[in-house]
Amino acid sequence: MSTHITRRKMITLATSALMLGAGLAQAQQIALLNVSYDPTRELYQEFNAAFAKYWKGKTGQDVVIKQSHGGAAKQARAVIDGLEADVVTLALAYDIDAIHERAKLIPADWQKRLPHNSAPYTSTIVFLVRKGNPRNIRDWNDLARPGVEVITPNPKTSGGARWNYLAAWAYALAQPDGSDASAKDFVTKIYKNVKVLDSGARGSTTTFVERGIGDVFISWENEAFLAIKELGPGKLDIVVPSLSILAEPPVTVVDKVVDKRGTREVATEYLKFWSTPEAQEIAARNFYRPRAPKVLAKHAEQFVNVKLITIDDVFGGWQKAQQIHFNDGGIFDQIYVK
Amino acid sequence: MAAVRAHRVLPGFGLSLGFTLAYMSLIVLVPLSAVFILTSTMSVQAFLDAVASPRVVASYRLTFGASLMAALINVVFGLLLAWALVRYRFPGKRLVDALVDLPFALPTAVAGISLTALYAKNGWLGQYLEPVGIKVAFTPLGVLVALVFIGLPFVVRTVQPVLEDLDTEIEEAAASLGADRWQTVRRVVLPTLLPALLTGFALAFARAVGEYGSVIFIAGNLPMISEITPLIIITKLEQYDYVGATAVASVMLVASFILLLIINGLQSWSDRRSARGL
Repeated sequence: MSTHITRRKMITLATSALMLGAGLAQAQQIALLNVSYDPTRELYQEFNAAFAKYWKGKTGQDVVIKQSHGGAAKQARAVIDGLEADVVTLALAYDIDAIHERAKLIPADWQKRLPHNSAPYTSTIVFLVRKGNPRNIRDWNDLARPGVEVITPNPKTSGGARWNYLAAWAYALAQPDGSDASAKDFVTKIYKNVKVLDSGARGSTTTFVERGIGDVFISWENEAFLAIKELGPGKLDIVVPSLSILAEPPVTVVDKVVDKRGTREVATEYLKFWSTPEAQEIAARNFYRPRAPKVLAKHAEQFVNVKLITIDDVFGGWQKAQQIHFNDGGIFDQIYVK
Repeated sequence: MAAVRAHRVLPGFGLSLGFTLAYMSLIVLVPLSAVFILTSTMSVQAFLDAVASPRVVASYRLTFGASLMAALINVVFGLLLAWALVRYRFPGKRLVDALVDLPFALPTAVAGISLTALYAKNGWLGQYLEPVGIKVAFTPLGVLVALVFIGLPFVVRTVQPVLEDLDTEIEEAAASLGADRWQTVRRVVLPTLLPALLTGFALAFARAVGEYGSVIFIAGNLPMISEITPLIIITKLEQYDYVGATAVASVMLVASFILLLIINGLQSWSDRRSARGL
C-alpha cells in the first residue's frame, strides 16, 4: 500500500516537472500557424526558415511556424469554423473577405493594411503546351479554336482557376469591339474545348502532364515553372499570352486569433518580413513574381514582361467578379446550362 | 405491462434498447438533423432554386443512376466471386479472398488516381480502349467504373457467409428429386441468397451514392455531363453557400433513405416468401 502511494506521488512529481519544463520551453518559443493554399508549400518552407533565423537574431526567441495547406476556400472555411490561424495566406482576396464577412475575425479593410494590396508576391496566368508547341498556341484566341483541347481546373471549386477564366475574359474585352457579350462568347468557346475540369490546380497539372490529356493547360506561372521542373523537363514549353491578369495572392494577420494568443507582434513582423530583399528573392526562387523592382529586374529572364490587367480595374474587385461570374446561375454556369 | 416486461426470456431489454436509441441519436441522428435544421432556414423558393437547378438535377441523374447500375453489376459479379471463393478450391484462393477487401482499405483518392492512370488515353487499358472508341476516363463511364470498384466487397462479403451455410446436400436433394441444374439454382440456391444479395446491393448502392474521393479524379467533372452530386455540394461550399449545400445534401439523404427503405421492404418480403416456401 505504501509503495503504491509513493509511486503515485512520484508520477505526480514527474508530471508536474514535465509540465513545468514544457511551460518554460513555451516561454522561449512561439508557435505561429500559417493557413495557406496548396501550391505555396515549398515557398513557405523556405520563407519560414528565413524568418525564424531573422526573428531569433532580433529577439532571441525561437519561432516555430506550422503550415496548413489545402484548397483556398476550404482553408478559409476552416478558419471561419474555428481553426486558430495567426496568419492566412490564400489564393485570392475573396476567400479572405469571407473570413471578415462570416466570422468577423478581421476588419473589412484588411487588404489595405499591407502594401501592394497585401499581396507580397504575385503571379500571372500563362499557357503550358507540349514540347515544340505542336498546335501552335500563341495567344488566348488559339484556345478558342475548334479542336484545341484545353485543360483548366473548375473555377467553381478552384480559387486559382478563377484567375484563368477572368484573364480570358479580360483578353476578349480588350479586343477591338470587345464587349461583355463578345467576352462571354469567347470564354464559352474556350470552355467548350475543356474536356476535363479537375477540382483543383494540382489535379489539372496531373491530367495534363501525367495523363497526356489536352493540347494546352491554362496555369499559374509559378505552377507552370514548377510542373516543368518537377514533372517534365524537356517535355513542356511555357507560352506567355499577349495579355494576362495580375494574380495577387494576399496575406493577412487574423486579428481575433493573434489577440487571443498574444502573437500579434510576431505575426505582424512575419508578414512584414516579405518586404525584405531576402524574402523577395525566396519568392522569385519559387517562381512567384517578386514585388520589389530590383529583385524582379534580376529575374527578368524568367518573368517575361507581359501586359497585366488587375481584377479591380477590369472587374471591380472580387466580390463583384464572384457574383457575376462564378456564383450559382452566374455566367460560368450559363456556359453549360442553356 | 411491467410484469410482462419482467418476464421476457432475455434480460436487459430496457437497458439495451435505451442504449441503442441514445447511441443512434448521438452518432447518426444528431449530425443528420443538423442538415435538416440548416435547410429549414431557407425559403421554399430558395430551396427549390438550390436543389432543382438543371446542373443539380443532372448530377442526381448521374449519381443515382451510376450508383444503381454499379450496385447491380456488383450483385452479379460479386455473387460469381463469392460462389467461386466458397465452392471451389484453387491455388491462391486465400490471396483472392484477401484482395476482395482491398477497396475497403484503400484511400478512395488512391483508387481514383490509379483508375484514372489506367484508363486515361496513355494508360495501360486506355491506350487499347480509346482507339476502338471506348472512352472511360473523364466520362460518366469512368464514374461507373470507380463505383463498381468501391462497391464490390460489400456484395461478396454479405453473400459469402450465407453461401458457406448453404449445404450442398440441399442441392443434391433437389437434384435427386428430379430438378435440373437451372431449376436448382433458380428455385433453391437463389431464393436462399436473395436476402443477402439485397443487403449487398443496398450497401454497395449507399456507399456509391456518397462516394467522392475516387470519382472526382476519373469523372472529368463537366457540368451537366459528369458532375456527381457530392461535387455539387462541395461547389456550393466553395461559394460559402452553406445553406444551399445542406439543401442538396438533404435531398440526397431523403432519396437515399427512401431507396434503402424500399430495399429493406423487398428484403423482408423475400424473407417471408422464402419462409413460406420452406
